[in-house]
Amino acid sequence: MSAAPSERPFANIVDGPIDPSALLARVGDAGDGAVLLFLGTVRDHADGRSVSGLHYEAYREMAAEVLRAIAVEAAERLGTDRVAVVHRVGELAIGDVSVAIAVSSPHRAQAYEASRYVIEEIKQRLPVWKREIYLEGDASWVRGHDLTVEPAGVPPAAPAGRATRAR
Amino acid sequence: MQVRTLFFAGYRDALGTGSLEVDLPEGTTVGELVLRLRSRGAPFDRLPAVPAVAVNRTLVRGDARLVSGDEIAFLPPVAGG
Repeated sequence: MSAAPSERPFANIVDGPIDPSALLARVGDAGDGAVLLFLGTVRDHADGRSVSGLHYEAYREMAAEVLRAIAVEAAERLGTDRVAVVHRVGELAIGDVSVAIAVSSPHRAQAYEASRYVIEEIKQRLPVWKREIYLEGDASWVRGHDLTVEPAGVPPAAPAGRATRAR
Repeated sequence: MQVRTLFFAGYRDALGTGSLEVDLPEGTTVGELVLRLRSRGAPFDRLPAVPAVAVNRTLVRGDARLVSGDEIAFLPPVAGG
């Protein structure tokens, strides 16, 4: 996979395993001094219960559009086009990567902020649902965030208290 | 006019179906569609009175008017990441 500038920022919903190296290859520039990779992974517990795996479901077409919009917003806010994000759907086992975000920028503060922006917006806006499968054999949909309609053309406001806002 | 409704995750489980073709009068709003579905009784009354709805992949308010061929998705609270 090449990191053609025309594919920046990059966003995709995939069914199979995520290759973090391939994602890293989509960012980076001679002028960058910071490259940041975030991996969201499946953990083995939730609310005191042992989890054996997760099932992710997406409204595929809309999720692809929303994920691209989030990547573009992160790029616009930070003045860099070097943002790449992939979200996996389907059956995932403990330790599997469900989401990967690669960002690069001249300085680390921008990279951290862009990466944090992408993951927080994913959790707020991406039409993806997660079903926890427990060790005992039962399963349940994870209670998530209510989707709200934003006025057209206005970027979503950052929730109060978000830790990574620039000072 | 005919529209296509989509139900995801917990909504699909509750309704026992992921999609449904629905016939509606011209000019029906999203809110009116929700009312019509819920008034069918079980299991449709398990949909929230004011669910998050996307029309053709864009979130809309209840007063949005539908047109023939629209794809109307009922979206439970999301849990990606």
